[in-house]
Amino acid sequence: MAWELDSDRPIYAQLVERIQMQIVSGMYPPGGKLPSVRELAALAAVNPNTMQKAFAELERSGLIVTQRTNGRLVTEDEALIKQIRQGLAEEHVKEFFNKMKELGFTGGEIVEIIRENQASEE
Amino acid sequence: MNELIEIVGLTKSYDERSVAVNNITLTLPKGKIVGLLGPNGSGKTTLIKMLNGLLKPTRGSIKINGRFIGPETKARVAYLPDRNCLPEYRTVSEMVAYFGDFYEDFEKTRALEMLQSLNIDPGTKFKTLSKGTKEKVQLILVMSRKADLYVLDEPIAGVDPAARDYILRTIINNYNPEATVLISTHLIGDIEQVLDEVIFMRYGQLALYTSVDNIREKYGKSVDAYFREVFAC
Repeated sequence: MAWELDSDRPIYAQLVERIQMQIVSGMYPPGGKLPSVRELAALAAVNPNTMQKAFAELERSGLIVTQRTNGRLVTEDEALIKQIRQGLAEEHVKEFFNKMKELGFTGGEIVEIIRENQASEE
Repeated sequence: MNELIEIVGLTKSYDERSVAVNNITLTLPKGKIVGLLGPNGSGKTTLIKMLNGLLKPTRGSIKINGRFIGPETKARVAYLPDRNCLPEYRTVSEMVAYFGDFYEDFEKTRALEMLQSLNIDPGTKFKTLSKGTKEKVQLILVMSRKADLYVLDEPIAGVDPAARDYILRTIINNYNPEATVLISTHLIGDIEQVLDEVIFMRYGQLALYTSVDNIREKYGKSVDAYFREVFAC
């Protein structure tokens, strides 16, 4: 299946986010091997150069390590993965709070709603 | 040397009143998948026909890999026309053999593999194939060449979404950092994420040449949406 991508944002940035997500969610575990640029480009149905650019960005951030003989691996630095996961979580929370505030809720009310929902889920 | 195509002052007029391509100067690198976009009558097909030597420029020049258009460049340019050009009474395997005889860079095993992956029987005559299957076979023949430049004129027009996906995947899977693929299309939205760069043509002139992500970054919209805005009538 081709990856669903937004049409109004740069493609490479969305590929970076998507692969980041796949790593922090454990789809590709720490130290695990990643598919080649070509394979992943075909899977996502995107341009191989764009995928290459996304990989370069992930390498810069340290999440991906290139080994000459082994191809590309996910970093073994679990603290880094955790840190990126935490960062993504904070982004989601911020976005959620902003949307709730647009709906007119105060901080306290938002927390209350979260608590109620969590209780009903359990 | 990273340049593949060098176009300088390229002009084609069919008569005094109609200038189809008007003074285009453009350099395209190797290893890119480039969209050639523009409204009907903006000169896309005329430009393509000059690239593969089917039309002679009125003025200006084209060089591919440092050579002017001629037998040497034709041997290295694979062209998918915007219409079906395969003889109806021939079988698929006869056309595979024909392409093999005609083009030195044609890889017969690759063509047969791709046909097999689509369950197309090489013994079938073209006249019995559906429109979509004909398009796929034509694309397979073109992409089975090991060319420097692939010029695809409307490769996804008139085929169903699944066939479109197959065609786009074939283009991605055949990606080669030494070759460039030039794709002319109106269906920008379908093809956008496969492209590195886009060329916008208008009234025979070059209106814009930039990367897909540049447009998205700069205008916060897809190339498709941007195109509609620029060429709104």
